[in-house]
Formats: sequence, C-alpha cells, structure tokens
Amino acid sequence: MKVAYWPGCVSRGFTPELHGSMAKVAPLLDIELVALDRASCCGAGVIAEHNPELADTLNARTFALAQQAEGTALMMNICSTCQGAQSECQERLDASAEYRAQINETLAAEGLSYEQGLTNKNFLWLLVEEIGLEDLRARVVRPLTDLRVGPFYGCYIVRPADRIGIDDAHPRDTYLDQVIEALGGTVTDYAGSHKCCGFPIITMNKDASLKQAGRHIGDATDAGADCLVTPCPLCHLNLDLQQPLAAKVVGRDLDMPVLHLPQLVGLALGLSPSELGLGRHVVKPSSVIDWTTSVVGEVGDVAAAGG
Amino acid sequence: MAEYTLRLRRYDPDSGEAAYWEEHTVELEPHRSVLEGILQAKDRSDGSIGIRCSCRAAICGSCGVRINGRPDLACHKHLRRAEKESKDGVIEVEPMGNMPVIKDLIVDMEAVHWKKIRRVTPWLIPKQPVPEREYIVPRENMVDVTQSMACIQCGACVSDCLSMEVDPEFIGPAALAKAYRFVGDPRDDQHFERLEDLAEDPHGIYDCTHCFQCIDACPKGVAPMSQIMRLRRRAGNDFDIEDRNNGERHEASFVSLVKQYGLLNEAELLPRSYGGDSPLAKFKPAAAAELASSLPVIAKALLRRKVTPAAVFAPHKLAAADRKAIKRIFNEVEGREERLEFNIYISGRDEDLL
Repeated sequence: MKVAYWPGCVSRGFTPELHGSMAKVAPLLDIELVALDRASCCGAGVIAEHNPELADTLNARTFALAQQAEGTALMMNICSTCQGAQSECQERLDASAEYRAQINETLAAEGLSYEQGLTNKNFLWLLVEEIGLEDLRARVVRPLTDLRVGPFYGCYIVRPADRIGIDDAHPRDTYLDQVIEALGGTVTDYAGSHKCCGFPIITMNKDASLKQAGRHIGDATDAGADCLVTPCPLCHLNLDLQQPLAAKVVGRDLDMPVLHLPQLVGLALGLSPSELGLGRHVVKPSSVIDWTTSVVGEVGDVAAAGG
Repeated sequence: MAEYTLRLRRYDPDSGEAAYWEEHTVELEPHRSVLEGILQAKDRSDGSIGIRCSCRAAICGSCGVRINGRPDLACHKHLRRAEKESKDGVIEVEPMGNMPVIKDLIVDMEAVHWKKIRRVTPWLIPKQPVPEREYIVPRENMVDVTQSMACIQCGACVSDCLSMEVDPEFIGPAALAKAYRFVGDPRDDQHFERLEDLAEDPHGIYDCTHCFQCIDACPKGVAPMSQIMRLRRRAGNDFDIEDRNNGERHEASFVSLVKQYGLLNEAELLPRSYGGDSPLAKFKPAAAAELASSLPVIAKALLRRKVTPAAVFAPHKLAAADRKAIKRIFNEVEGREERLEFNIYISGRDEDLL
C-alpha cells in the first residue's frame, strides 16, 4: 500500500530513531512511503493556540500536498501529536465549505487546494484498520514472547473521542493493546496508559510536567512492565530523554525503556536492535533486548536453554 | 425491563473503615439512567447509599460521578450504554476524582471546585460609567461566550483534569472556562487585569497540559481546554503579557521558528522559551540556568547520538521555495485586521443544515 507519509518534526529532530525505524519497518509491511517533504510543522496545538486560522492553513497545505501525492491511498503519520493537531484542523476545514474556501484562497498562490475528506491515519491505526491484525500476526518472525509491554498512547491520539473517530466499530483507544498482543507480547495494564506525559508544560511548569512522566513510569514499573511503547515522539521525550530528571522529581529509581511503536513492530518482524536505533535511547532497552544474541525477552533464554 | 448490576464505591468517613466496592442488582428499562439505577438500589436494598442529585435531566449538575472510570452525570448515561462500556458487564460507579470524598458518591465540591471558581472573580466588573439603560454590545461578542456559559458546574472536568492530578493548585478547567466568559464579554472592564493575573499565576493558564481530558469529560460541550487556549491567545497576542511562566515566550518562539524554518527546531525552542524569542536567548541567564540544570540529560542524549550536534547547529528545515511559501502564509494570515476564529460549537457543520 502506498501512503503519503508525514513523519513530523520531532521524529527527524530529537528522536531520529523513530523516523529511521519507520523507514526500516515499512517495506516489511509492504507499505510504500511517499514522503511529504514539502509540508510544514503541524503546529502541535501551539500554532492553533496562537492563531487557529494559521494552523488550519498550514495543515490544509499539508493535506493538499498529500492529496496530490500520486497513487497514494491515504496520508499516514507517526506522531500522536501530529495526528491530534491535524485532526483538529481537519475537523474545522471539513465542517464548512465557506471556511474551507477562505483557507484555500490563501493556498491558491501556490496552486494548492484542499478538498474535504482526506483520510489521515497514524501508523497505529493503519496497522489495525488497513493491514489488519491477522496479517500483522502472520508477518511476525520473532514473537515478543513473555515480554510485558505497557502501552502509552499519548493524549492527542485518544481525545476528544469523537474527533479522533473512536466508536464501537473503531475502538482506537485499545489498538496499542491489540498490536502488542498481535506481536506476541503481553499487555501490562497500569493507571497511566491513556494519561498525559506532561511534555507540553515542560518549559512552563517543569515540576508538574516531570511528576506526570515519573508517576506513569512508576505505575508501569509497579505493574510489572518490562518496557513502554508509544506512538508519540513528544511523549518519548518526556518518558525517555527526561526520565533521569523525572526520577528525581518523584523520588524513586526509574529504569524503564520506552520504545517507539515502529521499533516494537520491527523487533517482532525480525529487525536487529541496532537497525532500529534502540541504542540511541537515554534509558537503554536492555530488559527488552538481550544484547549478546539480539533476541527479544525470554525468547533468548529459551534459545540459550536449547528449547 | 432488564437486569443490571451496579458496582458502587462505598465510603463512610465516620466508620473508620476503608472504602470498598458493593454490588447491587436493579431492574429497569435499558434507556433509564445510571442515576435511576442508583436510586432504585437505594430505595430497595440500602437506604444509606450517598448520592447527590436533583433535576435528573442533565441541567442542574448535581450528580457528577465516574462511570466505568470516566466522568459523567449519572442522569446523563443510559444503563444499556453504561453496561456496554463496562469492562466486565458490571456498571462501575465511583465518586469524582481530584476532590475529597464526603460519603460514597458525594464529593466535597466546596473544597476544590467552588474555591477555584471564586478564584477567577466570577462576576462582571462593569465598564464605567454604567449606562443609564442597557449596554449595547455586538451580537457576535455575546455569541462568542455562549460556549463557556453552557457550563452547569458539575465538576466533571475538574474530576479528571490530569494537570490538577499532579498540581492540586492548578486553577483548572471549569474556573478558567468561567474566566473566559468575562474576558470575552465586552461589558467587562478588567480584561487586562484578569489575563495578567491568570498568566502570571504559576498555576494559571500556562499550567494546562493540553490533554483534551476536560473536553471529553464535559457533558455540555463547553470544551474548557479550548477556552484556556483562547485566554492564552488574548493574553499573549492581544495584550502582550510576557508572563513569568515562559508561556508567552514558548508560544512566540514556537511560532517564529516554524515561520523561519517551516519545521520545528527543538534545540532552539528550549532556550528561547526561557530567554525570549532570539537566537541569543541561550546566553540569557534564565536560559543558561535551565540548560545547565538539563546538562546531564543533554550530555546523555549527545552520547547516545540521540541528539546529534548537527541537529543542534544545523537544524532541519524545508527547501527554500517551501520556506518562502510558509512565510507568505504567516504574513498573510497574521496581517489580517481581525483574527479569524472558526468555532464549530457556534457555527455548526454544513451537514447540520441538510
């Protein structure tokens, strides 16, 4: 399947291993990525906070570029925050022909125009709704046996439920759990899976921000998780990059590896930890990866025991 | 008639016992509310169940509870729906969060919610001189505040505010939505003072993490988070309030970096949020202190090649032609005499008219 691919800013900036691992995983899932390399930052809600029309125009430009990408079935992103910020703009653009026309007037100088009804899906949604869990399961070559994974969704991809398209037919707030299971892993339930990582206020109220990250990691630790997985690179910044500082704020030792979604998928599809950039994290995923044999979880133990 | 099982959270502070769960089976039609279920259990099996309620029509805001872990009005949720959303076929009802429990499902709204509402001066401070007859205000200004006026003070948004969960002093979604009701009202005389107060408070408008929890929680479509964003917009853009919490600087730097590069340059955003929107920001004391305190994290990120020097000194950006196109969009939209804010709550959707 050919998709207009929007990687976002952070996946190419402070979490380059995310964009890199997506590029490695895509061919294994028969996804052809047509990069939207002319598109701008989605604004992450901050540009919308500054001026909603500006955010709507920038994202309408991205949507128009995606609609021009030849042969693509839909637009795909790898960032919860991009998904949420873009869905918010798209909701306004799709609600009113008059408003859309106003925005398109600004885009006309570039010969671009957004037409109502673009499909924009995060990689997580694409995995479940387009590829399908059965197909995904069939492609697994190294199941994540006995690996206990705590899902961390990120706010922007689960709320508000109606805008994000969560309904009885599309329980998108459970997809990460379903994917972990399809890859052979075990889901660890814990209080923070759908809560906020705190990142948006890291420069405004650092203490409250890190308290959020630290509390969720602590809850996942207490629930017995080996690692967390997230479809959001901004959550990754607070949960992984800032984890040593979060540990100080909540006053306990934390040593929780946090994987990007394509990394977890890549491991199960047989890619090596180094190909997936796992060594680039602040908290080394050594509980996930047996670095000597590059195998996952207790699969390594079974193999070592000759099982 | 159908049978439903309710799992109620019980707690009586006078008993000295810890809170516990208790199941009750009720018999009602599927379209009856969870509140009616609770009242039947109270009527038929245990008169001591504590629940606050009045109108039973989602207008008085008394019966805020958590149903299956999510905040809602007990009278606003059908039993059939609640059972479907439950994890094990049993409808779980517990008191709202972020507020102390008085008894069973009744929380102390006074200790948290009302205290915070009073914090934002929730009344009109009229422009002087007060006209002899009525104020004449543009219709669109009053339509603009209808969304925040729809609040029924049920506390559902306060219950599940994720920022308040870690920072109990956060003024919170309900009170800040109420604040916008007056900041958006042209008859009010103290827009600047209100905004300066809320921007400078370390637990004010910049303490919101933008998690959308209150938008989902609100049974009335108030979208408190959206009202908080409008307060920020008025404070930073219209009144140029440079707050001590880096709120305005963060927004201004984010916007100007995207205008310049087309993409976000994270390495610049951090120092500029502290030191102001300039490439020299990192040399300002506030930014330098912050960078120094984050040094262990920065060092580790560089060591692991998570963040490369190239990402810091030669940030990613769009091609020149696209940067030019983005800049043109910024200039055109920001150059408008009046900011265009399309609000679906007010304007509706095209399909609503069909």
